[in-house]
Amino acid sequence: MRWGTVLVCLLLLAPAGLTAQATSDDVAARLKALEERLRALEAELAALKAAQGTPPTPAAAVAGTPIATVAAPAGAPGGPAGQLPVYGGTTALSKILNPDIGVIGNFTGAVGRNRVNPLPSLSLQESEVSLQAIVDPYARADFFLAFGEEGVEVEEGYVTFPALPGGLLVKAGKFRAAFGRQNEWHNHSLPWIDRPLVAFNLLGGDIGEPDTGIKDAGVSVSRLIPAPGELFLEATAQVYRGDSGTLFESSQRSDVAAVGHLRAYKDLTEDTNLEIGGSFARGHNDFGSDFVTQAYGFDATLRWKPLRRARYRSFIARTELTWSRRREPLDVQSAFGYFTSLDYQLGRRWFLGGRYDWSERAEDAFLHDSSGSFVLTYWPSEFSGVRGQLRRTRYAENSTANELLFQLLFTLGAHGAHPF
Amino acid sequence: MIPRIVRALISLLAAGALLLAAGPAAAASKLKVMATTEDLAALAREVGGDRVEVEAIARGYQDPHYVEAKPSYILKLNKADLLVLVGLQLEIGWLPPLITQSRNPRIQVGAPGYLEASRHCEILEIPTGEITRAMGDVHPLGNPHYWLDPANGRRVADALRQKLTELRPADAAYFQQRFDDFSRRLAEAEKRWDAKMAPYRGRKVVTYHRSWPNFTRRFGLDVVGFVEPKPGIPPSPSHTLELINYMRQERIKLILVEPYFDLKTPKAVARETGAEVVVLLPSVGGEKEVTDYLQLFDYDLELLVAAFQRVGR
Repeated sequence: MRWGTVLVCLLLLAPAGLTAQATSDDVAARLKALEERLRALEAELAALKAAQGTPPTPAAAVAGTPIATVAAPAGAPGGPAGQLPVYGGTTALSKILNPDIGVIGNFTGAVGRNRVNPLPSLSLQESEVSLQAIVDPYARADFFLAFGEEGVEVEEGYVTFPALPGGLLVKAGKFRAAFGRQNEWHNHSLPWIDRPLVAFNLLGGDIGEPDTGIKDAGVSVSRLIPAPGELFLEATAQVYRGDSGTLFESSQRSDVAAVGHLRAYKDLTEDTNLEIGGSFARGHNDFGSDFVTQAYGFDATLRWKPLRRARYRSFIARTELTWSRRREPLDVQSAFGYFTSLDYQLGRRWFLGGRYDWSERAEDAFLHDSSGSFVLTYWPSEFSGVRGQLRRTRYAENSTANELLFQLLFTLGAHGAHPF
Repeated sequence: MIPRIVRALISLLAAGALLLAAGPAAAASKLKVMATTEDLAALAREVGGDRVEVEAIARGYQDPHYVEAKPSYILKLNKADLLVLVGLQLEIGWLPPLITQSRNPRIQVGAPGYLEASRHCEILEIPTGEITRAMGDVHPLGNPHYWLDPANGRRVADALRQKLTELRPADAAYFQQRFDDFSRRLAEAEKRWDAKMAPYRGRKVVTYHRSWPNFTRRFGLDVVGFVEPKPGIPPSPSHTLELINYMRQERIKLILVEPYFDLKTPKAVARETGAEVVVLLPSVGGEKEVTDYLQLFDYDLELLVAAFQRVGR
């Protein structure tokens, strides 16, 4: 009723406004403005009605209801098939209050011989189901359920509070730790098929568990730190229960693990940026509450992506160095490892990359493994990708593995954007 | 008796305190507006004038579908009073994590400083029936390139006027006056543009991507094909061949391409069909000289008219 009154008033006022104008141009402009305002009000009325469950009337205009139609040209190349432009919000209404749901299939395979840590010849390594939505005005939640061939795991499931005072960003639930950069990525978003050796050797890798890395139930608090010269500086502190792969094991409630990360980012030019980070992790290991493992990390990423050609060209150089210090009953194992990788985008669909890994083993620092890989990826669309990785690994057991790994990625539904 | 030097120090401290107190007040006198595109930023400048500080995330020559969620944008969003976005999932690949990480309660979805401009506009190409990815990278809520119709530009400006007024009621009259002035100048420009395009209404054109439905409808052009076989899918040889045959048959002489797409295929098609490739700007800032919303249409229509004159009928 209130909107109706406003509309009537506007219509009544329009002629009055006309008489008051001096020039015909002004009259036309004012009429046009009033028409636009009327249409906007009608749109708001339609939106209000839709929100109340009432279908908008045919007279309602602008966003959400038909004003005109655009016919699809028959037989036009690249043209739309079937029905086209009809204005209506049915697709949006059908998912009101439902979370965004996505499924990512990660099908992998391997040929060649590997006597130390062989991947299966063919495997649906992971089917990741994502459920993401805003919880209420104060929080959003993200769930990533990993369906493997032998079971289901909550890969991540957390609530984020983005609107807290003091510029704090708080997360609670189970999530991948902010240790370096690659540790936070899901398997399907890696630029390779496997994780680097350093992640396996020093961050809790386990034979038969492809989803290596520090991940656990905990709480994360991060804050931006004011810095000069448009430097992005972010400090993150996380506390976990203390169970993460073979890295941390909690024997009692007080055996919590802690992770800290300091991240600095700077745009060098419009197309190029540099990111540097330092990480720390501390938790109890499988020898019990008196035995602590500490890890220190350094990461650097240089990215280049020309804005005008962002679809076609990009280059990323990454490196992550990790030091591990593991206390055992008789001594302390101090191990070091790193990886360095380069990725170049050849065209809209093609990416070429290489990675070199070298890492000692956390539980026996006298042993080290090394590996080199070439990776070629083809993305037919944004929602599917094919990747091949030629990998040569030299294990400490004096065994060399030459393997061809391959991967098929496919996405259904709406998978939320990954953080940078 | 207070020594002179102590009095001087007290005065200095008092002055410093006053300056510090005045600093935030002065800074707060301008609303900080972050827009996801240069077009929305240009409209915010039209309405907000000198009462706002406006910045855009995507550059005008950048594909707004493919923007990296750089941490430097988090810094800007962290301080924003208002975030204006295109909506209709144009920014879905990069904006949500930026908003979450901005740590700014003012611009979270549904907060007073969050304005999705599409909600105020006439939206074309909202698909009906079954929507699948077999249709390519479709926008299920409709075509997000709606700002390329001046009527929608006016609607966005009015929505900005309302929002700025809501955030800064004391400046309501100022924003209203700025909007009225913009609306008047836009109406005058529309007359000019209509006259310019009148001889070419009904002309058939091919575009690379579905960026132009609002623009072509407004100025009477008929889009009869696309260089992309489906939205977001790169041109394939078979589709390109089909397009060449169709353009020859229909004698289509213009291919409109956005500045961020590769010109190789459009130029090859143009060579085979005798057509001309025109790089039209979908956004303000696509070229240095295009610095506001009206100049965007001036630039594009100038190019179009010149191209139509060259290719003849």
